[in-house]
Amino acid sequence: MSAHTSEHKTMTLKLIVWRQPGPKQPGRFETYTAKNITEHHSFLEMLDVVNEDLIKEGKDPIAFDHDCREGICGMCSTVVNGMAHGGQLRTTVCQLHMRKFKDGDTIYLEPWRARAFPILKDLVVDRGALDRIIQAGGYTSCHTGGVPDANAIPISKAESDYSMDAAQCIGCGACVAACPNGAAMLFTGAKVSQFAALPQGQVEAPERVARMIQEMQDCGFGNCTNHYECQAACPKDIHVKFIARLNREFLKALFRAKSGSHTFIGE
Amino acid sequence: MILDGKAPKGPIEQTWDKHRFEMKLVNPSNKRKYKILVVGTGLAGASAAASLGELGYNVEAFCYQDSPRRAHSIAAQGGINAAKNYPNDGDSIYRLFYDTIKGGDFRAREPDVWRLAQVSNNIIDQCVAQGIPFARDYSGYLDNRSFGGAQVSRTFYARGQTGQQLLLGAYSALSRQIKLGTVKMFPRTEMLDLVVVDGEAKAITVRDLVTGEIRVHTGDAVLLCTGGYVNVFYLSTNAMGCSVTAIWKAYRKGAFFANPCYTQIHPTCIPQAGDYQSKLTLMSESLRNDGRCWVPKKKEDCRKPANEIPEADRDYYLERKYPSFGNLAPRDIASRAAKEQCDDGRGVGPGGRGVYLDFKDSIARLGEDTIRERYGNLFEMYERITDEDGYKVPMRIYPAPHYAMGGLWVDYNLMSNLPGLFVLGEANFSVHGANRLGASALMQGLADGYFIIPYTIAHYLAQTKPGKVKADHAECKKSIEDVKGTAKKLLGINGNRTVTEFIRELGTLTWENCGMARTKESLTEAIAKIPAIREEFWRNVKVSGAGEEFNQQLENAGRTADFIEFAELLCRDALHRNESCGGHFRSEYQYPDGEAKRDDENYCYSAAWEWKGVDREPELHKEPLTFEFVKLAVRSYK
Repeated sequence: MSAHTSEHKTMTLKLIVWRQPGPKQPGRFETYTAKNITEHHSFLEMLDVVNEDLIKEGKDPIAFDHDCREGICGMCSTVVNGMAHGGQLRTTVCQLHMRKFKDGDTIYLEPWRARAFPILKDLVVDRGALDRIIQAGGYTSCHTGGVPDANAIPISKAESDYSMDAAQCIGCGACVAACPNGAAMLFTGAKVSQFAALPQGQVEAPERVARMIQEMQDCGFGNCTNHYECQAACPKDIHVKFIARLNREFLKALFRAKSGSHTFIGE
Repeated sequence: MILDGKAPKGPIEQTWDKHRFEMKLVNPSNKRKYKILVVGTGLAGASAAASLGELGYNVEAFCYQDSPRRAHSIAAQGGINAAKNYPNDGDSIYRLFYDTIKGGDFRAREPDVWRLAQVSNNIIDQCVAQGIPFARDYSGYLDNRSFGGAQVSRTFYARGQTGQQLLLGAYSALSRQIKLGTVKMFPRTEMLDLVVVDGEAKAITVRDLVTGEIRVHTGDAVLLCTGGYVNVFYLSTNAMGCSVTAIWKAYRKGAFFANPCYTQIHPTCIPQAGDYQSKLTLMSESLRNDGRCWVPKKKEDCRKPANEIPEADRDYYLERKYPSFGNLAPRDIASRAAKEQCDDGRGVGPGGRGVYLDFKDSIARLGEDTIRERYGNLFEMYERITDEDGYKVPMRIYPAPHYAMGGLWVDYNLMSNLPGLFVLGEANFSVHGANRLGASALMQGLADGYFIIPYTIAHYLAQTKPGKVKADHAECKKSIEDVKGTAKKLLGINGNRTVTEFIRELGTLTWENCGMARTKESLTEAIAKIPAIREEFWRNVKVSGAGEEFNQQLENAGRTADFIEFAELLCRDALHRNESCGGHFRSEYQYPDGEAKRDDENYCYSAAWEWKGVDREPELHKEPLTFEFVKLAVRSYK
């Protein structure tokens, strides 16, 4: 029972947390103490403990986004000690556990910081820009009903697995928060690559990539300069090869637009 | 009142097709005159909003999360059932229908279940066309796996993230409609009241969770796709924000709440580690395909490391008790069997509330790589939470509240007893009876949203005039005042206990007295104690901050207040049902071997409750269930 040998040991930690009452108000760091934390607390359960204390003291608890607490909904979004989601490989901050910290540690908590993600309150940001990128083209334009039998078009296992590797993105935005340019190219690249690998995505591939890249720019995201910080921060291990695929798909689309077979939006 | 589900009669194979033809249609140019409000954007809500927008209706969709893609459908892991019979192993629509009725312990309407089985095949086609990367074999065709409660392999999956992929498919279809302007999306918006005018549902009152603004949205029909209520047990596998609030508000406005006592306890969750814990984590039931459940035969072995317990001293209790289904016995049976072993003092891990799920034999048979490919993400998740390596030592699992079969009562058209109020997915009570089979929740959510509501809503709308109620209607104004009043009241109490303390207290009480096993005594006790929690909540809760701002405490307080009221109904329903069936196990009603004892003579009906006021008993209405095609029989998985 390795996980339960030290149940009675507790930690005390110093938290330095970004507090900001609203989108247009100035923010600042505040210091708090987290007491009675065991190694089995998840990071967010540690924050729950701190918040319970704050509420009892009549203070405003720290606002943070979270929902499923099992690493799949993509809602949690906190920069811990300068790293989006806290730096444990393939782990969202809700799945980060306090056994990764030790008694007496000082922990910095900040929101995702990016031009395209305005801060709403404390650690909560508005990631609506990611939704707008999907709305621009992250789909196949099929109607409900009237589609062929699921087995009508075979798809090689390799292509299907590649597509699934890309499709695993949870849309948390850690890639943007980790990128020095505030780029959403890993996010956009993953969605473009998912469809680029499948026969169902081919018909509208050039328009898709053009629209999504346009929207990415309109939302205020930066561009990739190959730091690969996005992949390091990604809780789902989305590979930077999908950014290369995004660029390749964009080039392909450009050539096809030149040859007259497709038109770009905005042209 | 005896309720009529208005299910079509005649040969079961023809019911849906015949009904589809008999329903009224709305002509294409008239569709844009109607506005439909869709609350919740999980599988049911997102697929409904996308499909209705595409048909030409004006749709407004709402979710409390920051994006429709975050709804808790996303956490479903294992897969989605369909009667494709691709593996050639004897499956058919009829068999899926039969298995679902039987799995639900004969407490669902036959034609509704038939329809679910019939459209299951369309769902898979739709999802593939959307670019959902389901698992495939080397021929390039779709792969299937088996799942609890079935002897055929009919489950389609996308690694351990099937719910995620299906939701992202529905979300992308929804996103396309948002771009086209047919659907207007309101994220971070929570429904806090239903407006009923002349008996019909015509508007909702919502709170903007960012600004705190409370406003009303009017429409011609309201769709509640707001999921289940098992967070009433506090610790469950649901997301933190999942609540009973939307359907509870509708119940308080006259919608009937059916079979709340049918709650599903999922057998394969990671056991609780401490009392600070905020939620329980589920691991896909598909693990039971290759993992074997066991506990030590001898109590004194329970503290020993698992690998030191010799084969002869292990009790593979599911294989022993249910030789033909073995580790794939349905969820309610597997959960209760785990509880029995722990009650018998042979549980493992902290507090003795756990059983082993062992992959040693499958790793020996198939190799660690195959197991890693099938369940790698689950093993990783397990290790992150427990710090243990499931490839080397057996996992520890314990049942946890997971899914609500009960929900608002709906007729065959998915319409509640309030005209204009439709309820889809987990939020309704319709197809799973007293127990849901694995990989059937995703199927139901998408069936309701893609392939049922687009037809059935037209039948209602065709008979109603568009735009009947405007935002300045007296009922709308009253609703806004009520919602504002509740928020003000919560903020003004300034007591000594936090919201979390109350929901924990309530959850512990409901789990202990109305959880995996219930008795007349435990339920009577809970019904006596809940009003005291409610009374103290409204006197002593502490909610900080203001109403007109981003305030997570206020959100939680409102949801907790509704859970407290709902818990009483849950226990009342469980107390009134003097039988055991599916997820409802009354310890007084069991066979000598511990199996659930149904009472078809007295309880072969759906119980639909009508709100009568906070301190008054709700009124019971019954919808009798008849079984013409699947013979009522004792469910056996031996």
